[in-house]
Amino acid sequence: MDLRLGAEQPTEEERSAVDGEVGSGERHRLLPVLHALQSRIGWISPGAVNHVAARLMIPPAEVFGVASFYGMFSLEPRPARAAQVCDDIACLIQGAAPQHPHVGCLGLCDRWGQPPALHAGRLLYRVGKADPASLRDYIRHAGYKALAKALEMGPDSVIREVLASKLLGRGGAAFPAGKKWQAVRASASPTRYVVCNADESEPGTFKDRVVMEGDPFAVIESMTIAGFAIGAECGYLYVRGEYPLAAERLTHAIHEARAHGVLGGNILGRGLSFDIELRRGAGAYICGEETALFNSIEGYRGEPRNKPPYPTEAGLFGQPTLVNNVETLINVPGIVLDGGAAYAAIGTAYSTGTKLYCLSGHVARSGVYEAVFGATLRELIEMAGGVAGSGRLQAVLLGGAAGAFVSPQELDTPLTFEGTRAIGASLGSAVVMLFDDTVDLKKILLRIAAFFREESCGQCVPCRIGTVRQEELLDRGGQDAIPILREVGQAMRDASICGLGQTASSAIESALNRGLLHE
Amino acid sequence: MSDSPSPLIPIPRGPLPAIPPPPERRLVRIAIDGQAVSVPEGATLLEAARGIGIDTPTLCYLENLTPVNVCRVCVVELEGSRTLVPACSRKVEPGMSIHTDSERVRLSRRLVLELLASSVDLSAAPAAQAYLERYAAHPERFGPAASTAAQPVKIDNSLYVRDYGKCILCYKCVEACGVDAQNTFAIAVAGRGFEAHISTEYGVPLPESACVYCGNCIGVCPTGALMFKSEFDMRQARVWDESSQTQTDTICPYCGVGCTLTVHAQDGRIVKVTSPLDQPVTNGHLCIKGRFGWQFVETITSDTSPPTPRVAP
Ligand SMILES: Cc1cc2nc3c(=O)[nH]c(=O)nc-3n(C[C@H](O)[C@H](O)[C@H](O)COP(=O)(O)O)c2cc1C
Ligand code: SF4
Ligand code: SF4
Ligand code: SF4
Ligand code: FES
Ligand code: FES
Repeated sequence: MDLRLGAEQPTEEERSAVDGEVGSGERHRLLPVLHALQSRIGWISPGAVNHVAARLMIPPAEVFGVASFYGMFSLEPRPARAAQVCDDIACLIQGAAPQHPHVGCLGLCDRWGQPPALHAGRLLYRVGKADPASLRDYIRHAGYKALAKALEMGPDSVIREVLASKLLGRGGAAFPAGKKWQAVRASASPTRYVVCNADESEPGTFKDRVVMEGDPFAVIESMTIAGFAIGAECGYLYVRGEYPLAAERLTHAIHEARAHGVLGGNILGRGLSFDIELRRGAGAYICGEETALFNSIEGYRGEPRNKPPYPTEAGLFGQPTLVNNVETLINVPGIVLDGGAAYAAIGTAYSTGTKLYCLSGHVARSGVYEAVFGATLRELIEMAGGVAGSGRLQAVLLGGAAGAFVSPQELDTPLTFEGTRAIGASLGSAVVMLFDDTVDLKKILLRIAAFFREESCGQCVPCRIGTVRQEELLDRGGQDAIPILREVGQAMRDASICGLGQTASSAIESALNRGLLHE
Repeated sequence: MSDSPSPLIPIPRGPLPAIPPPPERRLVRIAIDGQAVSVPEGATLLEAARGIGIDTPTLCYLENLTPVNVCRVCVVELEGSRTLVPACSRKVEPGMSIHTDSERVRLSRRLVLELLASSVDLSAAPAAQAYLERYAAHPERFGPAASTAAQPVKIDNSLYVRDYGKCILCYKCVEACGVDAQNTFAIAVAGRGFEAHISTEYGVPLPESACVYCGNCIGVCPTGALMFKSEFDMRQARVWDESSQTQTDTICPYCGVGCTLTVHAQDGRIVKVTSPLDQPVTNGHLCIKGRFGWQFVETITSDTSPPTPRVAP
């Protein structure tokens, strides 16, 4: 390619920031390079873009197009460090002042109750017990037993157990994990990837952060088992940009694991080779959508791809890819150790195992609660000490901004995939956010509408413009706005490319359907 | 003397190897609006529907570009699918049952058109205008306060203008400037959400960008957001009159490639140059010489009055 660059030259500092991260010089180094510029220089200048373009052979217009996609990158001078004050819904009801531009949920909603609560079961038992920086401590707490056993069993048996466990994906779509593993394993292509989706950006969600910060080796071991089972040698761990502590602990864990022969070449002396590359997101909720995540890793704008083809056929770099959520993956060691059947005996027939819930808002003790599938919403709220604030519950947001509001009359709903579906809601990312009767729910809905408007990638018309109109109509209010709002909602749900647009009207419609929005 | 045949004596050739027949494209049976049809494997739903005379609206689709399926005006209902699917890019699969004019389809198409028409100026997009009518769209119901993409026209060179207040973000120009035709990559999509827009790096004017003025982006733009300066000026002066224009195909005089040019003329003066999409040499794409190098025809005659028509009527 013949690049035509602008006249601006990089400074020495910019040159060194870029050169230190270009690595192989391939396009997929773009995001790490932009991160290096942002953190060292404080912004991404025209001179820096020219240098990036030359080193990675990417046209400057495209470097600009990618950099301008992400919220964490600045294209004009600003201080290298900037404080972010969340003004998303859980913080809004505690009195946070609205910011311009808005700052989306930082996944710290559990900090309103000091200290954040942690209710551990079979998934979280190491969090707060084992030192997250020590591989030795991890092993002392039963770490790497599952990988050793998996190597004994062989890939097909591991997949058989995952299938038998009936484990469903915890990233929101509830797809059977074993089926994905099986599909990638069966693919004809010798190059396959494991991707761990740790982009957790759904407002009100922080469970994956708690896992990554508290038990990083579990994520690494689980990915390694997945790599072994599906026959992949390379895994990507895509961590939300706003989670610096999680990224730091995972990076340390990866180094430790490599140094001790449980990651990299010849794992556990068994000739298995699997390595993990950590990638940091840069402030884009949409990059949690699996195909947008692939584009982001590859150095393109984080725009979702049209499906089919599905990731199991053509995912990262066009190769068959297994993408699973952090929580989905950390269920696997237990399944390997206890067997799929034993795992399937926990919970209900359809929703097996335990689930991590993120309790926040007007709840006595916000934090992460692990519960067996089938516990009711009421039981979960009681576990967390009941309703706080005025003590009178107005509504619960279940599943996040892409989820649904449920009314106090629905508290006996069992928290399972099937139980929530029966009331027209979903578990989503397992957000359980409480609102007392003093909250102006319309304000909350407007903030949710603003969230989708700001986080839409802008690719498709129903979502790019529909999210704008949705916010305007909601703001305008009145009876004549409602039918139009509903039509916009239906078009977004039916005609958008990806789950963002398809669920952007979900919370608002759920509030309308339950008569929670008083006009 | 060696036994080898003299290089001067032609070596007798055997029969020409037969060209293997093209691999047979298997037929896939699907149902469209209840009608059973067989279409070749690999065809899209759009092709299948067009094959039986169903006119499916499209805005971001063009035969000579890779489908990006972003406008969503072509959506159809696929039985068993939670959402509607884009006809322009979804490939046929055996047993599919499609509805191209159901309530759901009509609602989404109408909404897509209303959303577009309420945010950008579609006055120079005749296809979109026709669709708005066909689907009885009422973009004004979003009210006078609805946000729009209105912005000043970018005039930074003498060949073409960019009026992004008309842009529907169909990605066609980016594709034409990039891998689908020109491989220049002067423009890309920047920003996100409603703020997403077509831009050079940092929005620098075209003369400072990598643009080579091939005009291929103009050739694919469905909304008039990208427009020949000649057309733009005539529209401003209210003398642009498509109904009185002639279109004449000729061959570009500049080089040996021999691209087909379609010369558009009004009142005997060339007003713009395009190339037919189905032209095997150009696929509709040209270079700066064929696209813009016609002013000399005008200058020869510029002083003499009345101007001699340079193209056949
Ligand atoms: C807008 C959007 C954001 C998403 N964000 C996340 C996320 O942060 N983490 C996640 O695991 N899945 C997220 N998903 C779901 C992923 O696309 C994908 O379904 C999931 O990672 C698959 O893993 P699982 O099968 O283990 O659930 C998101 C989906 C959409 C549409
Ligand atoms: S639905 Fe929204 S986020 Fe998803 S592809 Fe379309 S514009 Fe992008
Ligand atoms: S005129 Fe040609 S080079 Fe310039 S932006 Fe358009 S397609 Fe790209
Ligand atoms: S300028 Fe024209 S071709 Fe380019 S995206 Fe906009 S409408 Fe499409
Ligand atoms: S951290 Fe503010 S809403 Fe989650
Ligand atoms: S024409 Fe199919 S999505 Fe635009």
